[in-house]
Amino acid sequence: MAEVWIPTAMLPLTQGQQRVLVEGRTVRQIVNNLDKQFPGTKARLYDAEEDDLLPGVAVIVDGDASQMGLLERVGEDSEVHFLPAIGGG
Amino acid sequence: MVDYQPNQVLATKEFKVVGSRPIRHDGADKVTGQAKYGADIQLPGLLFGKILRSPHAHARIKSIDVSKALALSGVHAVVTASDWEQPSGKVEDLAEGSIHNLRFLSNNVLAYEKVLYKGHAIAGVAAEGAHLAEQAADLIEVEYEVLPPVVNFTSAMAEDAPILHERLESLSNPGLRSGGYKSDSDDSKGTNVANRFDFKLGDVERGFNESDVIVEKTVGTAAVHQGYIEPHTGTAMWNTDGSLTVWSSTQGHFNVRDLLSRMLGMPVSKIRVIPMEIGGGFGAKGIVYSEPVAALLAKKANRPVKVTMSRTEVFEASGPTSGTNISVKLGASKDGKLLAAEAHLIYESGAFPGSPVPGGCNCIFAPYDIPNTYLEGVDVVVNRPKAAAYRAPGAPAAAFAMETAVDELCDKLGMDPLEFRLLNGAKEGTRRATGPLMPSVGIIETLQAAKEHDHYKSTLEGPYRGRGVASGFWGNGTGPASAVAIVNADGTLNLVEGSADLSGTRVAFAQQAAEVLGIAVEDVKPSVGDTESVGFTSNSGGSGATFKTGWATYEAAQEVQRQMVARAAKIWDVNEDDVEYVDGALQHKSDPELKMTFRQVAARQNATGGPIIGSAGVNPGGAGPCLATHIVDVEVDPETGKVTILRYTAVQDVGKAIHPGYVEGQIQGGAVQGIGWALNEEYFFNDQGHMLNSTFLDYRMPTVLDLPMIDTVIVEVANPTHPFGVRGVGEVPIVPPMAAISNAIHSALGVRLNQLPMTPGSVLEAMWESEGVGASK
Repeated sequence: MAEVWIPTAMLPLTQGQQRVLVEGRTVRQIVNNLDKQFPGTKARLYDAEEDDLLPGVAVIVDGDASQMGLLERVGEDSEVHFLPAIGGG
Repeated sequence: MVDYQPNQVLATKEFKVVGSRPIRHDGADKVTGQAKYGADIQLPGLLFGKILRSPHAHARIKSIDVSKALALSGVHAVVTASDWEQPSGKVEDLAEGSIHNLRFLSNNVLAYEKVLYKGHAIAGVAAEGAHLAEQAADLIEVEYEVLPPVVNFTSAMAEDAPILHERLESLSNPGLRSGGYKSDSDDSKGTNVANRFDFKLGDVERGFNESDVIVEKTVGTAAVHQGYIEPHTGTAMWNTDGSLTVWSSTQGHFNVRDLLSRMLGMPVSKIRVIPMEIGGGFGAKGIVYSEPVAALLAKKANRPVKVTMSRTEVFEASGPTSGTNISVKLGASKDGKLLAAEAHLIYESGAFPGSPVPGGCNCIFAPYDIPNTYLEGVDVVVNRPKAAAYRAPGAPAAAFAMETAVDELCDKLGMDPLEFRLLNGAKEGTRRATGPLMPSVGIIETLQAAKEHDHYKSTLEGPYRGRGVASGFWGNGTGPASAVAIVNADGTLNLVEGSADLSGTRVAFAQQAAEVLGIAVEDVKPSVGDTESVGFTSNSGGSGATFKTGWATYEAAQEVQRQMVARAAKIWDVNEDDVEYVDGALQHKSDPELKMTFRQVAARQNATGGPIIGSAGVNPGGAGPCLATHIVDVEVDPETGKVTILRYTAVQDVGKAIHPGYVEGQIQGGAVQGIGWALNEEYFFNDQGHMLNSTFLDYRMPTVLDLPMIDTVIVEVANPTHPFGVRGVGEVPIVPPMAAISNAIHSALGVRLNQLPMTPGSVLEAMWESEGVGASK
């Protein structure tokens, strides 16, 4: 299972757990399954209207900022982070 | 006199064209004045636009009367925010890499209900001459209810602070950009804090408890402008079919198109944006100011309209970067190992939410391997121009705090500052303070190159002289990008790519295409395509253009190569598998008689199936992060406090320098901007929020007379996720200079300056406060 790192602001939703194991082969599945384990998390990450991650949320899979968003593949031992998207100059 | 050694190369893979220094394809046009910049556009019937701007930093607009302006002969149109629909305040995602709150963006382009900084645009006028437009703008009568301004984060965060946006939602979630309006049912107290967030790693309290040495400090940095030579300019023309053509000085013409589409409520297919040559951007030309007003005016006037800012307008209404306040605490063992770090970063975002404080948090601890960290970022609105991206947004101020704290820690530990950084340097696999693991990176290699450089090994002698070093990190960006390679019958290649060319990227793309195809770079003619002639390409920002559009170019050239193989096979009537492409020539794998050059196949393309065109659209991941370490020697005049840079060396991991000359130029340019930020530049506001130095006479940027040669050292730790090993290079060189110079001043005088800029006056004051320091020298 992938290890998902929970942003600080969402820790109350995971009862303070900073890292949780979640089933999923894609970021979409990770977000959906995370919400099953910890209700309310999906609303902090997912924009239903746009069917995409919320604006400003970047997903980092195994150290690399994903360009595929919800479609990004996630490995069995992957590490998944949800972080602010960083703008360049 | 410094012996100039151009660079040091660690990468072992050699190329034929990549890594060479050809003359840039657009060079002759630029040095002879032939190149066309935004304001060079001349069209039949062109009108000139002028913007009426707010004289107040904070006021409610009670009424706007444009009748006198419209009555002036030669005036064709006046527009205000009432001429377009006000979008909702919801954070919008354009789904193509750009994130904006459209309401805030729209209200920044034309104020609605309130003006939020001096210089805030209120109305646009189109007239038959620029002076006439200015005269008409003066005739517009605006009635204001003047409100008290908040000009810095301290007053903005005070309990009884005047509120800029009554319905601003104070965010605290992973969606950290820009902010938005809260729901109508939420009647909670107003705030100027747009966002507050944090990151925790390990146990920071335990880390400090286990530390033998602790350093704590707070620094501040003034808002500074990007200082591009060319002001913002946009020209709009409506066509008879209802479509819109816009000429823009921009870092991202597709972004201009998409923003105009949202702001004007029309499909992207009806808008064509043509990128002109650009006279500098440094991040701040990634959004729109003039273009939407020009479009509104042109629609009303039914004539093309050009809107160009003056220098004062550029200062007062575009850019700048954030003013900041950053507190850092570091803990280390007595043998110099970092055990804990904590930082609180407050960034002023200007009149609307969205400072680069996430970038500051992302970079501040990144060069180091620290097991226990805590980071807090705060985004605060103030009555100043909306902050815009500026070269490594957020990172330079963060590095000023961190790298001066590291210097203090080294003093306490009695350690060489580069030895300390080598001991604690992050490597591939290091856990970062924001959570993810560090990908392939050349931090250690860069520090080693700095330590071994003649500058660092040399002795600096003389009173009031000191040496400082500092490092800086930037993650680099990527995004969607496109390129089209068209083979000409004479064996040359037209390369149309989608990245606005800020820094010579055209030649870097041509070099990558030439490398793949084995042809001369002079036989590749690169050009920047407009929004109708090449696929979507994200902004030339985040130091990502050479990486992402380089990838697209590489793929397009590979496609050309495949087609050339097929054509040669057809000519020889052999199987394609028996043909290979080697050094710009086609040859049969076993029959040495069958051989054709690229040019010979190109000449027969139409007869063998038609034009040969390779194209590619990509969205590559893996933009490798990079580190820069700068070494600087300074001399301080004890009578005036003036700091003179004696010697400056910038060492940087660039992955692979496609064109080393332009990479060196980027490093030198970034260092010079950082030196200006360190010593001279600042927005000087009075207590009414009026900028008092909005000309280049009063806003002091460094010139060639202020600086020595900036020596550059290129370190190449190839990025494994790019075909040629490219990492971004343009932003990170602005990250270390302020801390390096502050550390050098401390070395010279024994006093620390914790507020930028370190002007002669502030240096003198610091010397006086540290009684006897000057006398001892």
